Amino acid sequence: MAIDLQVLDQTIRSSFPVSHLEIEDQSSGCGENYAIVLVSEAFEGKTTLARHRWINEVLKNEISQMHAFSQKTFTPKQYAAYLAKGS
Amino acid sequence: ASSSLLLRRFLTQEARSKIQSAVAGSPVVLFMKGNPDAPQCGFSRAAVQVLDLHGVPPEKLKTYDVLADSELRSGIKEFSEWPTIPQIYVNGEFVGGCDILLGMHQSGELEELLEQHDIIPKVAPSEEPSSA
Repeated sequence: MAIDLQVLDQTIRSSFPVSHLEIEDQSSGCGENYAIVLVSEAFEGKTTLARHRWINEVLKNEISQMHAFSQKTFTPKQYAAYLAKGS
Repeated sequence: ASSSLLLRRFLTQEARSKIQSAVAGSPVVLFMKGNPDAPQCGFSRAAVQVLDLHGVPPEKLKTYDVLADSELRSGIKEFSEWPTIPQIYVNGEFVGGCDILLGMHQSGELEELLEQHDIIPKVAPSEEPSSA
C-alpha cells in the first residue's frame, strides 16, 4: 500500500515546529521503506530515544503501514553542526 | 478467525512475562529478523555488525528471530512500544532500534554503555587499534 508522502509531510508539520524535513523513499528490496530527517527546536533537551518515541507516536498510523522506517532527529543547532562535519 | 485476531492484538500476561524474562535473560538481547549468521534484513544485519564491531562476546548476546515467531514479532512491538525490528536491550533496558544503535556507535555512547555494564572490557586509549 503506497504511503501518501503529502500526508506524511503534513502530519509531521502539524505536530512539530519544523526547521528542516526530508522524507526519503528508500527501496532496498525489502518493500515500503522510508527514512526521514527532522530538524526541530522542539527536540531541545530530549534524548534520542524520547524524540524517536515521539515521532513513532505521531506517525503511528503511517508507520504501521510501512515495512521499514528510519529516522534522524536534530535540533537546529545539532543539524548545523552535522552539516558542518560534512557527514 | 476474527476473534483470534482480536486476542492476538493485545499482549497477554503470559506473553508479556515471557518477553520480560527474555529481555532480562542476557546482558545484550537483540530481537531481529533472521539470526547473526544469516540476517534477513539490512537493519538487522547492521545491528549485528555494530555489536560485533564492539566485541560483544557471543555468550553475552542472545538473539531472537522474529520471523520464526509471529507472536513474538507483534508481542515485542507492544511490549517495547516500538514499531520496528531490530530492537536492542542492554541489561534488561530498551536501548532502541538500528538508528539509535548506529548513532550511539558513532558518538561513542555505545562503547561507554557496553563497558559500563561489563559487557566488554574497558580499553585504555593507547591500546586501541588506530584506523586510518
